[in-house]
Amino acid sequence: MAEEMRILMRNYGKIDPLNIDDYINAGGYKGLEKARAMSQKDLIAEVQKSGLRGRGGAGFNAGMKWGFSYNTPADQKYVVCNADEGEPGTYKDRLIMENDPQSVLEGMAVCGYAIGSNKGYIYCRGEYPYVVEKLNTAIEQAKAKGVLGDFDIEVRMGAGAYVCGEESALIESIEGHRGEPRFKPPFPPVTGLWGKPTIVNNVETFANIPLILEKGADWFAGIGAKSYPGTKLMTLTGDVANRTFIEVPTDTTIRQVIFDFGGGIPGGKKFKAVQIGGTSGGFIPESLLDTAIDFDSMGAIGATLGSGAVFVMDESRDVVDVINQITKFFEHESCGKCSPCREGTKRMHEMVKYIYSGRGTAADLDLLERLGTVMSKACLCGLGQAAPSPVLTTLQHFKADYTAKFN
Amino acid sequence: MADYKEIVGAYKEVPGGLIEAYHALQREFNYIPEEAVEEAAQIFDIPKAKAYGVATFYSYFKVGKRGKYIIRICESAPCHIAGAAQVVSALEKELGIKMGETTADGLFTLEFTECVGQCQATPVITINSKPYEDLTPDKINAILAEYK
Ligand SMILES: Cc1cc2nc3c(=O)[nH]c(=O)nc-3n(C[C@H](O)[C@H](O)[C@H](O)COP(=O)(O)O)c2cc1C
Ligand code: SF4
Repeated sequence: MAEEMRILMRNYGKIDPLNIDDYINAGGYKGLEKARAMSQKDLIAEVQKSGLRGRGGAGFNAGMKWGFSYNTPADQKYVVCNADEGEPGTYKDRLIMENDPQSVLEGMAVCGYAIGSNKGYIYCRGEYPYVVEKLNTAIEQAKAKGVLGDFDIEVRMGAGAYVCGEESALIESIEGHRGEPRFKPPFPPVTGLWGKPTIVNNVETFANIPLILEKGADWFAGIGAKSYPGTKLMTLTGDVANRTFIEVPTDTTIRQVIFDFGGGIPGGKKFKAVQIGGTSGGFIPESLLDTAIDFDSMGAIGATLGSGAVFVMDESRDVVDVINQITKFFEHESCGKCSPCREGTKRMHEMVKYIYSGRGTAADLDLLERLGTVMSKACLCGLGQAAPSPVLTTLQHFKADYTAKFN
Repeated sequence: MADYKEIVGAYKEVPGGLIEAYHALQREFNYIPEEAVEEAAQIFDIPKAKAYGVATFYSYFKVGKRGKYIIRICESAPCHIAGAAQVVSALEKELGIKMGETTADGLFTLEFTECVGQCQATPVITINSKPYEDLTPDKINAILAEYK
């Protein structure tokens, strides 16, 4: 059986997360020390060479992104840690922040040095006030120890808007506005918070940084899938025996995740579908379970790795019932800035509800597919673009569940 | 009771402080008093419409009174298939109110929410952000008793 590989979770259960000395004794802040002994250019090149790609969903090369901000002269730059963790079924950023908060602060400070920024923000979702407390304690301890140097970190709290996980909406929210995404370009690394160059990275992305520096880019690049190296924290929910988290190399297959690590489907039932990456992820049938979880392999089967949420459904589940709930979610979370999403998510939920109630026909399925295709192309931000994906992938792989509703 | 003017005023110089001020108000009152929104518009020197716009954009903010304890029930897919609907019915029956309403004694408000990030043990509710996991209808009474 495949083995877990705990890189991010190396200190899980071994240190007191709220005692910075424990972190330092376990080798913490060596990465930052090493980073500061390098030139900014070399540091960015090292991070880029590691192949570390964003763990928040878009999968962009972290070092390359840092390079954009480094190359943009400005009197002030910002480092923002995206801890909005809004994808339903995801709690991996909470695990990192609760169990090893210093690793996130260290990663942010490395980024600060690399791009030339002395101010960082952690945008933590409003659902996690208890995590905010822990982060503030960790920041106080890091400041008292002086490990962060002149790099300041402040925690800001979200207030229950899924769209605020989108980086430009998140920036609007820190600025004190409604969390509506911006038109892009310009992108945040050039024009971000208060118009200044800003790096937004996910919690898990930052937490990977210290060890990459300590052990070297080549070490990291050699773990897991070549094009998306490293490990991924996954959270298992739904009809799976072990509803838990795992950290595995990125060349692990979906089948291994569900059956080896997850312990398979409970109650002697059969597997039906899995949705990976949160509510905006595609649904995956049995026939595709031997796909590796890395970003590109998932993309090739029309699915996503996304946040790493793994939502398993057994044979007794009604896909249309779940899709009804999911389309309701997007109708509620659409920020309303652009009409393809504001109207589209509403109509999509309306149509699914209609089909669910038994009044639909084959023509409705065609309409649903057309609407989804238009939204995925015409919506302004990733929310509206990805919202149709559960609908489109279930129409592709689980059409029988829809037609079974027809009267 | 703390003065809402003081609470909002403390964030005047904080960049992007409006949302921080609203959080501070909610920590004190559990909701944002109507007058505080107008006060915020003045203090941050923005149109009233904008101050309202921000307060009403975020689902955790509520302008106007609500209960002392906000019970939020997750309706995201993992909680949905784990039986969130039965928990909703049990809560509605026990408190004698529907989702979105507040009990007559001003103690409890029932709200739907999306994922609260405790999906290792679904279904989940939170009471003033404190999570209660692996819920079944028969656990509701004991939990509510903690707050009565
Ligand atoms: C609707 C929407 C929600 C998002 N939510 C999150 C989130 O909760 N956490 C996160 O890190 N990224 C989220 N993202 C992705 C961010 O926009 C951004 O790509 C990410 O923070 C970049 O960091 P990374 O490169 O380290 O992944 C979301 C994107 C969209 C479109
Ligand atoms: S796609 Fe949806 S969430 Fe994104 S900007 Fe448009 S309306 Fe807002």
